[in-house]
This record gives sequence, structure tokens and C-alpha cells, in this order.
Amino acid sequence: MRVVVQEEALDPYKEIKHHEETVLESGKHGGVVSFVGTMRDFNDGEDVSAMNLDHYPGMTEKHIEQVCQEAMDGWDVMDVLVVHRVGDMYPSDPIVLVAVWSAHRASAFDACRYVINYLKERAPFWKCEVTKAGKKHWVEHNSKDPGVAESREKAV
Amino acid sequence: MEIDVKFFASLRERMGRTSDKVTLDGDVATVSDVWNQLSSEPIPNNILVAVNKEYTDLSQELKSGDEVAFFPPVTGG
Repeated sequence: MRVVVQEEALDPYKEIKHHEETVLESGKHGGVVSFVGTMRDFNDGEDVSAMNLDHYPGMTEKHIEQVCQEAMDGWDVMDVLVVHRVGDMYPSDPIVLVAVWSAHRASAFDACRYVINYLKERAPFWKCEVTKAGKKHWVEHNSKDPGVAESREKAV
Repeated sequence: MEIDVKFFASLRERMGRTSDKVTLDGDVATVSDVWNQLSSEPIPNNILVAVNKEYTDLSQELKSGDEVAFFPPVTGG
């Protein structure tokens, strides 16, 4: 398991490749499922031009690690990597990477969803958006993941 | 007892500071007592509390040197 909180720009695909080349044993995993959260240029009907992500150093890493450990205990997965940005960012910038390696796809999909959902619920990060008009405001709440069955019903 | 206090995000701006130190009389004190030393207003309903970087609530008892953090709902990911 590897958890990183960083101010530097995040290249999620480079992180996945680097983790596979340096940490994982080649040929053992059957797949990797990744979630990459990126910054939108809109939120709640407003145009957003920049964002600052605040966090509680120490508590953030601790809670992401707890969520990753729960995923590793709950599903048959080989490894979990989470990299999360903090500081100033702009639309389309990657904010977070969750990558889960496993022998089979089902556990990797489920564990990846678990990690991003509970990270959003528990890890102490706060988004402060700047609108195109130059107004600054704190985001009050995250959108909820409705769950697999419900999201499919909405999609079809 | 001495308690280290931290504020984050919109609450930090509202309180006008990132951290504070609170001294409480007596041997027994809760997170609620800390808030009451910091503000004459009741704690807003949506504010979350952590002691030594673990989520808890206002009724948690504290010991000297504990770090108490107050912050609004989290919005990472």
C-alpha cells in the first residue's frame, strides 16, 4: 500500500507505471482498476477557474491509509496506491488517483470504488473554488455515489 | 490542562486563526469545554471534531497535550 499527499502536479498514469515497475512483482496481477478524479470547470451551475485544496496534514494520510487497509482486508487485492493533490489547481488537473491491483477484476473494481467513496467521506480535505468572476467560496459538500444498481438504472 | 486547537477551511476564516492554545481548569474536560472557551456562540451543527487526528464528538474527555481540531464537512477526492 502506498499513500501520498502532494502539492506537486500529479500524472496518474506515470504513477501507475512507476508503481508497477518498482513495487509490484511482474506477472502476478491480472489487472489494475484506477479512478482518476480531475478538476471540473463548473460546480453547482457556476463557472470555476481555479481551486485550492486544503487538508489536515497527518490526519489526511492516516485516514486514507485506514480506508486502503479496509479495502485490502475486505477484498482479494494485491496492492492499493493513492496519490492526492493539495494546494492550487486548475480545470482538468488530476486531483486524485486510486489504483487497485488484483488477480481478478471484480475485487479490483469493488475495492477501487470503496477507497474513493470512503476517502471522500472521511479524509480531511476541503475544496475552495474561485469562480470566473473572481469570487472565492468553500465547497460545502461532496456529491454522493448512489451505488452500482441505482447508477445503472439512471444511465439506461 | 493545556489543549492545542486547530481550525480548518471556512471555520479557520470565521475564527480568524489557524490554531490556538486553551488552558482549562480542573482534571476533567471535554471537547465541548474547549469550544466554550474559544467562542461565546454555540458550535455550528455541521462542524466535525477530531482529537489527536481521530474523529470524535463534543463529549469526548481530554487529557493535557491533546490536539483538538474543528472543521466543516470534508470535500476531498
